[in-house]
Amino acid sequence: MADMVIDQGLQSELQKQGVYLTTWDQLVNWGRSNSIWPLQFGLACCAIEMIATAASRYDIARFGSEIFRASPRQADLMIVAGTVTKKMAPQVVRLYNQMAEPKYVISMGACATSGGPFHTGYNVLKGIDRYIPVDVYIPGCPPTPQALLEGLMKLQERIRSQSLGRAMSEKQGEYPVPAFGKAGLEPRYTQGVFQPPTAS
Amino acid sequence: MLPSLEELRVALQGLLPGVSLVVEGNALVVEAKDVIAVCRCLKDTERFGMDYVANLTAIDYPPDRMEVVYHLYSMGKKQGPVALKVKLPRTNPIVDSVTPIWRGAEFQEREVYDLYGVTFTGHPDLRRILMWDGFEGHPMRKDYVPEDQDAPEAAPHP
Repeated sequence: MADMVIDQGLQSELQKQGVYLTTWDQLVNWGRSNSIWPLQFGLACCAIEMIATAASRYDIARFGSEIFRASPRQADLMIVAGTVTKKMAPQVVRLYNQMAEPKYVISMGACATSGGPFHTGYNVLKGIDRYIPVDVYIPGCPPTPQALLEGLMKLQERIRSQSLGRAMSEKQGEYPVPAFGKAGLEPRYTQGVFQPPTAS
Repeated sequence: MLPSLEELRVALQGLLPGVSLVVEGNALVVEAKDVIAVCRCLKDTERFGMDYVANLTAIDYPPDRMEVVYHLYSMGKKQGPVALKVKLPRTNPIVDSVTPIWRGAEFQEREVYDLYGVTFTGHPDLRRILMWDGFEGHPMRKDYVPEDQDAPEAAPHP
């Protein structure tokens, strides 16, 4: 889709004659974007909303994401649902490293995005994007199931707009796992992944 | 029915000669050296039966005072709480552990040790419980300065 665009009118005319035209990327991305398997883990109250999203009322299965995998090897998407404490952050980064490419991250809620109400505290990481690249940020405290579904749809759009080759090569390699220091994690963020706001 | 704090103070002082107790607000202030004696008396005396320590925490009063607070209940007699307070110096606060009396105090004392820096002598396993080994300082103290997570890596921690 990114490389080759088929004329919509021609495609429609051909379909009426029983001829279906597509590109390889379009076909693959159609499949990929409708079977995003999330990693099954939650960190705080956002996880409860995530569970509600997976249950029958909001039914994340409508978007093909109902198969929460308990192993990072089988997951495409990491939903960082909740407060990432400094003590938990190394494990989150390690789980992300263990996922197979192409992999995506949704930062769900204020805490995972920026530390939320705990951002002046001593024990909470000010956003998981300090160590791993985030694709979609969802605001809210916690975000409603509808907001999570909207975030998932945004991620689907992103997957469809990118060729498989680019998606595979974009996030390769291991991201450094932070270590426990005397006052917090060392390093405080990974160079190249995150740039702290400059003081004004 | 639990006696009033004043009656409790008189009763305890009758049972434990040489122990000085003061009623302060809703709490009974105990001296650090008497904690074990008072707690054991409250637990073992039939009339009180304080068999459960529901809460054990500390309060930081800069510049020079630290308080350890105990909330005791009786599950058997369905009465409580009795609040005990121990006043300690803020630098190097040390108090006897009540874990040998109530096993349930073990993790709460570890938490107070971790976050406030109070040392409990006689505790079977006194080490940090929430923060990791190698963490410096006691973050619930009022003068603790959290690190600036946006600071460049080279800047030393204040």
